[in-house]
Amino acid sequence: MTTALSAKEIVSKLSAKFPEAVKEAGADSVLVKSASLPAVAEYLKTADGLKFDYINYITAVDYYDYFEVVYMMTSTEYNRSVTLKTRCETRNRPSVPSLAGIYQGADWQEREVYDLMGVTFKGHPNMKRVFLWEGFDGHPLRKDWNK
Amino acid sequence: MTTTQEISLQTEPFVLNMGPLHPSTHGVYRMRVTLDGEVVLDIEPMFGYLHRGIEKLMEERTYTGSIPLTDRLDYASAMGNNLAYCVAVEKLAKIRVPERGEYIRVITAEMIRIANHCLAVGSMLNDAGALGTPFFYLWNEREKLYDLFEMLCGQRVLHNYIRIGGVSQDLPDEFLPALEKFVPQLHKFINEFEFFLKQNEILIARAQGVGVLSKDVALNCGISGPLARASGIKRDLRRDDPYSVYDRFEFDIPTGENGDCYDRYRVRMEEMKQSLHIIDQAIKKVPGGPFRAKVPQIIRPPAGEAYGHIEGPKGELGFYLVSDNSIAPYRCHIRSTSFINLTALRQMVKGWKVADLIVIFGSIDITMGEVDR
Repeated sequence: MTTALSAKEIVSKLSAKFPEAVKEAGADSVLVKSASLPAVAEYLKTADGLKFDYINYITAVDYYDYFEVVYMMTSTEYNRSVTLKTRCETRNRPSVPSLAGIYQGADWQEREVYDLMGVTFKGHPNMKRVFLWEGFDGHPLRKDWNK
Repeated sequence: MTTTQEISLQTEPFVLNMGPLHPSTHGVYRMRVTLDGEVVLDIEPMFGYLHRGIEKLMEERTYTGSIPLTDRLDYASAMGNNLAYCVAVEKLAKIRVPERGEYIRVITAEMIRIANHCLAVGSMLNDAGALGTPFFYLWNEREKLYDLFEMLCGQRVLHNYIRIGGVSQDLPDEFLPALEKFVPQLHKFINEFEFFLKQNEILIARAQGVGVLSKDVALNCGISGPLARASGIKRDLRRDDPYSVYDRFEFDIPTGENGDCYDRYRVRMEEMKQSLHIIDQAIKKVPGGPFRAKVPQIIRPPAGEAYGHIEGPKGELGFYLVSDNSIAPYRCHIRSTSFINLTALRQMVKGWKVADLIVIFGSIDITMGEVDR
């Protein structure tokens, strides 16, 4: 059984190295400051005893006041998973750092989030739409799209 | 006597547009291929021809009402999509499925895995130049499975069978005997089929050593399913993160060593045998009792979020659901296997010829309905 690391465990693992990064611990996920996300992801992927080497999914949720970007990673070696979240509070060109340089699997998934939710990923090598055509009006998964 | 003159030819890469292909092949897929003569320098895949906005549609339907939409994701393995979605909703709403329902789910999920692999192997061989014959032998077996599905739920392709808390209807009396008869027959067929293809020159020449995907690249790209297992990643959610009642069955996880097209073919054939093995065990153990928990048509899961995933025929298929305690999901994200499995295609085809590109693409096994959603 893949054990999902509880927020407490993740925080304890992160707090020593990144005292500033964790904003809030949820039930089974951790809210991370978007600026420190790449460093945290790199650490989770490479550090001994963690090795979260497989990215399950990246997605974003529109809560009107903010966009929440959700990442789930799994360690195939230890069979454990971790869920990270980050928020951007603006509706006008929201942006978070890209993880495409760390996990190649993030490449297209970040493009998908940009296409449908309109969150841009800073540092992504090819930040353009993936399903819809260039010139499409807006980002359809936003709650206020077409209203 | 003429002096040898050095002729320097100015060459430049050639850009070829492949696709959009007809939906009856691999789906409406298009890629821009940059070629140097016959050698592939680079590709740029283009998606979206089948984008129907399923994630958005789900936000406006009840939890039960979204099940038919999941059929239309990967239409070659609709039952698997139903299951993945229902597993996620059950996790969100904390619903327990009765034993009989779980066993029926395992049987149908393994049946659809075989049907999917029949199509995957058949079309890969078709792409490799073994035109028609092996494809239709496999198609024949897939057809028999679809007859069984029709007996089960009246639907052949888009089953819409699995429900939140169980399945839509109980097994008809004639189903288990028919399946019991079919299993050894399919086993015999698979052995025969493998015998014919073991020494087949076309297959070996076109698939062995072609399109190698290394373990590290596969892992970094988030690749799952037979594609990852052929590259030596021994990960199967049925074993590593068991859902339903998979922890009660014995089965092997076949893996490849080289990560080439041939290994992908081998892994899929072995997986079909393992699926038959699971069905064999499940038929003997199907318990009595209700096939579905008492779940109302319209449910309001408590506010929160859940991610449920299964080992679909193509790999990890997951649904991330956010509930705001209303009758429809606030947000539903589909972790699409086909989309993510395509990530590594670019690395796999670089340096190969155009003809190999077709085989490598065929060996990944994708459905555009799931890629574009």
